[in-house]
This record gives sequence, structure tokens and C-alpha cells, in this order.
Amino acid sequence: MRNTIVSLISIILGLVAGGILMLFIGSNPIEGYSYLLQGALKNIERIGNTLATATPLIFTGLSVAFAFRTGLFNIGASGQMLVGGLAASAVGLTFDLSRPVLLLVMVLVGLIAGGLWAFVPGLLKAKFNVHEVVSTIMMNWIAYWTIYYVVPGYFKGEFLETESKKLAESATLRTPFLTDMFDGSYINLGLFLAVIAVIIIAFIIDKTTLGFELKAVGFNRFAAEYAGMKVNRNIILSMLISGALAGVGGVALYTGNASSIQIGILPAQGYDGIAVALLGANHPIGVFFAAVLFGILYSGTGFMNAMTDIPPELANTIIAIIIYFAATSVMIERLLNKFMKRRSNRKDKSGPVVEKGDS
Amino acid sequence: MSYVVEMLNIRKEFPGIVANDNITLALKKGEIHALLGENGAGKSTLMGVLFGMYQPERGIVKVNGKEVRIANPNVANRLGIGMVHQHFKLVENFTVTENIILGSEPLKGMVLDIDKAAKRIEELSKHYGLNVDPHAKIEDISVGMQQRVEILKMLYREADVLILDEPTAVLTPAEIDELMKIMRNLIKEGKSIIIITHKLKEIKAVADRCTVIRRGKGIGTVNVADASEASLAEMMVGRHVSFKVDKKESTPGEVVLKIDSLSVKNNRKVMGLKDFSLEVRAGEIVGVAGVEGNGQTELVEAITGLRKAESGTVLISGEEITNLPIRDRNEKGISHIPEDRHKRGLVLDYTLESNMVLQIYNKPPFSKYGLLNESAMKTYAQNILTNFDVRSGEGAASIARTLSGGNQQKAIIGRELELDPKLLIAVQPTRGLDVGSIEYIHKRIIEHRDKGNAVLLISLELDEVLQLSDRIAIVNNGELVGTVIASETNENEVGLMMAGVAKERSI
Repeated sequence: MRNTIVSLISIILGLVAGGILMLFIGSNPIEGYSYLLQGALKNIERIGNTLATATPLIFTGLSVAFAFRTGLFNIGASGQMLVGGLAASAVGLTFDLSRPVLLLVMVLVGLIAGGLWAFVPGLLKAKFNVHEVVSTIMMNWIAYWTIYYVVPGYFKGEFLETESKKLAESATLRTPFLTDMFDGSYINLGLFLAVIAVIIIAFIIDKTTLGFELKAVGFNRFAAEYAGMKVNRNIILSMLISGALAGVGGVALYTGNASSIQIGILPAQGYDGIAVALLGANHPIGVFFAAVLFGILYSGTGFMNAMTDIPPELANTIIAIIIYFAATSVMIERLLNKFMKRRSNRKDKSGPVVEKGDS
Repeated sequence: MSYVVEMLNIRKEFPGIVANDNITLALKKGEIHALLGENGAGKSTLMGVLFGMYQPERGIVKVNGKEVRIANPNVANRLGIGMVHQHFKLVENFTVTENIILGSEPLKGMVLDIDKAAKRIEELSKHYGLNVDPHAKIEDISVGMQQRVEILKMLYREADVLILDEPTAVLTPAEIDELMKIMRNLIKEGKSIIIITHKLKEIKAVADRCTVIRRGKGIGTVNVADASEASLAEMMVGRHVSFKVDKKESTPGEVVLKIDSLSVKNNRKVMGLKDFSLEVRAGEIVGVAGVEGNGQTELVEAITGLRKAESGTVLISGEEITNLPIRDRNEKGISHIPEDRHKRGLVLDYTLESNMVLQIYNKPPFSKYGLLNESAMKTYAQNILTNFDVRSGEGAASIARTLSGGNQQKAIIGRELELDPKLLIAVQPTRGLDVGSIEYIHKRIIEHRDKGNAVLLISLELDEVLQLSDRIAIVNNGELVGTVIASETNENEVGLMMAGVAKERSI
């Protein structure tokens, strides 16, 4: 409840600050925001695109949030997405299976690849106390260069050297039913997977013994150890699940929103996941809404840019400011406390404060 | 008579609890005033009001006769009120000087003038007999010394009224004597002191007057010289308290815990426990006496599985457990009241409900097929909290962090005893508890013994070891000095053995 209020205040403050910025560059903020919203939500197709934009962010946000509940900082969602996307694409390009089976296998290999990519930092942390921030970032670059080598080498595109072959329509998460419903939008089955993931992760965290252990390790690993929980096993497991989530996020991005992988790009969604998790207060439901908000900002910005002279970078700026406020939530909470206290102390008489040496 | 601080008819409420109800406390200039009350009686809250951490719902605070509103600790500082918290607020890898000037750094032009500050700290230290080296790093100095740094911090900021929150809880007996000397020095120099405590001995030793509060209500203020320990205890608890532990002769049965030539390394990677052997039988309490850091921690952690044994064996009812994981040991009937309740004992950000099932959440009825059963957890927790009189704002749903230290400790003890362990390892079980709770905990530990279980008691308080134990094992420098029968020994003999004398080694 409190977290929700803090996040909402952060968003409002971020939007206000964005409005002020628009004023500074000589635009009308109300106009700007109205185009931004229109760009994201004006018609059913745009709504579909917004949700599709949000889909990988839901996965990476969940990934970061889940690891964080165990006290781990998974900065490697980008790399995990890449290998997850690569594994799924490889399957989609290589095997000729019936569509449901193929999609299922693609999602599964993406999940496993992402999980394994995060397993390495988890193992290093558990066995040698290597900080996961360092090792996950290094794994990002290993993924980056792996793509650089594997894609041109084995799955080269027909026209471009810098991207993989396009997946056949039947080997992507896009489905005519959704595409039609959303008027030709690139929304795809990834969104359903994301919603399922939100529910599963919320369930694991709140209702299972596994979640109980993972949170205990995150809050106080010494007490968890004292109580007989296997701290190292939990660290590895948490990274594994976190990586698997990002891996499926990669599947959604590269075989759903897009149908090929480009080389030389670490997906920004991996890092945005940190922001989504932060704004969503590391809770799955919060992550979902934070990701949708980011989706709105990202997908509305093009339309805003076309209709006004506000640069598209403004969306990133607003997001950055929101994150800034969310990250300094202590400050907001303090303000909140002060506000509440004032209300409860209204009748309190305020005596003068005597300065030292006054008496 | 002039009062430096007057708190009149203070009332402070928290959600679900009235922490202070119409409490009055007046501090005379140049006195040591004890604030006495049970755990959770509202002592810390009252001092929080004086130090500006809480705003009272009702009541007046006067400083030097003038009514003031203390909105935050900075205002309190300006009014000359300083507080030494129970848990020190020091930066570990800063020096003493750096810690003291933190927040009010003296400048010479644009740069920090550390030398000037260090000099002044040295002067203050000498003046009040604190004996603190201003250039030492906090992580290198003892807990007692750290406390003196906190006191120095107040003096550096020219506080006239010092609030000490349970200052002796973390100190060794020698350090306590030292602290009392320092307090008397401070009084001589015209400072006034409020000391929050529930240790009656210390009040008798050092305080001039004593204000007693019970369950949030002010009971009264007495001259310490006119009061006895028993009368103070009665005021605090509201009934007669017996200081003697009542227990029957022990009837030792079979061996429950058998430790055979156990050696364990300490944190500095040298042997902290050497070739240690001990047996604890069913139906007896074996106390381990020793000065802090003489192998007790290593012993406990090796039995519970938190630390690896280098050599030797640990057996529970004849079964070897030396290399078993912690959970298996728990399941074999070992329960452990840990030394550090914040580090090991509780997940502070969990509710009490979760904390009460910390070891058994994965067993029915608390979970089935990996799914938690919250209502079973709640009933179970509620039961412990009622039995052990754990006071909290929202019952089982309270976050453990929000409880007072004593209540946290009671919750842990309740949890461990509820498991009905064959072997209870109690490390400092009554640390930070008031006499009423201590009496109760001691009774429960003896009850546990009388049910035919083994208890290994590790305590730094010699009184507790002597009163509770049937046999006492004395450790010095990681080695067993000897074992004595509790009823046939006395403080002197054990004290000498703690110094290693029984081994007839010249020191």
C-alpha cells in the first residue's frame, strides 16, 4: 500500500518534471502529454503495440525483482535475453515441427538458455563469493559476442549480414487471432506468457516454502543459515529462475515483437528491467503496471515527436526522472510521514524552540 | 531545587498500543537518574520523546524551566540533550575523531581541520577520564571503548544532559565498573544523566533517584538510597519477584550431547577451541563459564553446524552429527537460542508469524506440497506469543523489527522451547531482559530440564551460570579448565578458573 503510494508519487513527480522540461523547450506540456497518450493508446492497434512494447519489460522487471527478493542484483537480464532469444530463434529456424510444439520448444529452450546464463553468476557467487553484479555484466558481453559470432556464422539473414534470417510467420509468437483483434498490431502471445509469469512468480514469492526461503535469504542470510536453510542453493536457484524469466523475455522480444536478432546490440530492455523492478517495488503486480507505464511512454513518444517539436528522447528523460524519484523513495516517504504527522498533531500546541544559550 | 529537564504528563500512542500514559520525569541538575521498567514498558519511547524522535500526543517538556517543543534530534542537540543509543551509531571504518565530528566537521578555510578536532577530543577524553585514542579506528576498538566514543560525541557537542539507553547491556563486568566511574566523573563536572536500565544492581550502585514505569504508566520516583533491590523490582513488575532460582536436584539420565576432543577454528583462522570434551546428560543443565571470546562461540557454532569442526566429534544420543547440515541437526533435536538475536535469531523484516516457524515452515501443518498454510502459522505463532508474553503492536502480524529487544528475545526463546528439543543450547538467554522476564525464562529452562532434556547454557553472567547450572564447565583460551558441581562451588573459585588458574599456570 505504502509502496504503491510512493511509486505513484514518483510517477506524478516525473511527469510534472517532464512537463516543466517541455515548457523550457518552448512546447505546451498539455499538448505534449496528450499526443504522448494518443500515440500510445489512440486506437486499438496502438494499444496493442504498447502492450507488446511492455511485454519484454514485464519479463526483465520480474527477473530483476525476483533476484532482488533474494538479495541478488541481476544486471545481466540483457545477456540472458540475448541467449534466450538466440536459442529460440535457432530452434525456430532449424526445426520443422507443428506450430504448437515448435512454439513450446522455443519458449522452453529460451527459458533454459536464460536460466543457464544466470546459473553461472549464481554458482560463482555461491562457491567463490564473486559479486553477481560483476559476473552478470561480464556474462552480458559474453552473450553479446556470442551473438556476433553465431548469427552471421550460422543464421545469416538473406539481405543483411548484421541480422539473423527472418523467422517464418508460423515460427513466431505472433498469432492471427491477436493481430486481427488489435488491427494489425505486432502484439503477440508473449503478453500471455508475461501475465502467466507474473501470476506464477507472485505465487512463488507469497505462497510457497520456496518463496519463504528465498525472501529469508534476501533479508538476512545469517538467520536463514541459522534456521537450516541452504543459503547457497537458494542463491543459485534464485539466479536460475531470474535468468529463465529474462530468457523468456528474450523469446518474446526476438521471436514475437521482432522476428530476427540483430548483432551488436545489447537489448536495453534488460537494463530497463532494473527500473521497472524498482518502480514496481519488486512486487510482481507492481512490475506489471510499471512495465505497462514504460510501454506507454516508449510507444507514445514517436507520435508526440511527429506532432510537436518535442524530441523523442523526452520519454527516456521522464523515465529517468521517475526512476530518480522512485530510487530516492526514502525522501518521499519522509515527506509522507511529515504530512501524516502534521495531520495527527494538528491539535498539538507548538511551544517555542529555545536555542542553546537562550536560557 | 532546579530541574534541567522536566517531562510532565507525557502521553504517546502508537497504532494499537499506548506506549506512554501520563508519565512524569524530572531530572535534577547533577544527578544520575535511573529510568527503570520492564522490556517494552515504554522507557525507550519516553526517551525518544525527550530526544525528539517522537512527538507526544499530550504533555509538556521543559528544559531549564522553559517549555520546549523538540521536533527532531537536532533540536534536542541544540538544547544540550545527547543520547547514547543501545546500538551504537558509528561508522566502522572511520577513526574516533572522524566519527565524532561527523555532521559538524570543523573547517580550516575549505579543508577539514581534523587535527584541531582530535586535539579537543583528546582533551575531553583526558578531562573526563575516558581514555580514548582519537586516532583509533572504530573496528579496532572494543565495544566498551566504542560506547565511550559515543559519550565523547555528546560531550564534544556540549551536551549537558546525557541519556544512556541500556548502556551496560553490551559490556563486560570490568567495563561496567569503568562506565560507572566515568558516569560519576561526568556528574562531578556538572552534567546530568538519565540511564535507562532494568538492572537493579547497577541502579543501586550508581543512581541517585529512580523513576519506575510499568506497562506505559508512571509508577513513581524514589530515592535510590531509600529503596532496596527487592522493592524496586516489585515496583517495576507489580508483584513480588524472587531472585533465587528454585530448582530441584537434577536427576541426570543418559548422555544426550557428547563432545569428544573437538577443535574449531575462529574467525582469525586460528584454533579458537582446542581439544574440548564435554558431556551433557538428559535432565541436567551444564553451564559454560568464561570471559567473552574464550571459545564459547566456536563451541556453540560447531555443535549447531554453523561452523566446521577441524577435528573431534559431536554426538547426539550416540549418533555422530559432526558433519551434518544444520537442518538435520535441528531435526535430531538440537535447538539454539543464538547469541546475536539480530544477526542470527530473527529475520527482522519478517512478521513474527514467519519468524516463529523459521525452522519448521516446510513441515506440516505449516506447509503441504510446498505451499504455505498461513492460518496454521498464525495460530502457532499466536500461541507462543501469548505463552511467553511477547508484547507487540499487532500481535503475530507485527514485523519483528518493530519489537523492543527484550520482546524479540522472548519470542526467540519461545520459538526454541516450543520445538521441545532434546538438547537446548541457550547462549545468553536473558541478555537484555528485565528481572521479571529473567525469572520466567529461568523457570522455563528448568522446566525443560525437568522434562528430561539436556541444556547447555552459555552465559557471560556468572550469576546466571551459577544459579541455573547443575554442573559448570569453565573455559579459558579455548580450552576446558575444569568442570565443577554448581552447588559445591562459588563465584571465587569459578572466577579464578576463568582466569585459567586451575591449570596452575603462572600468568
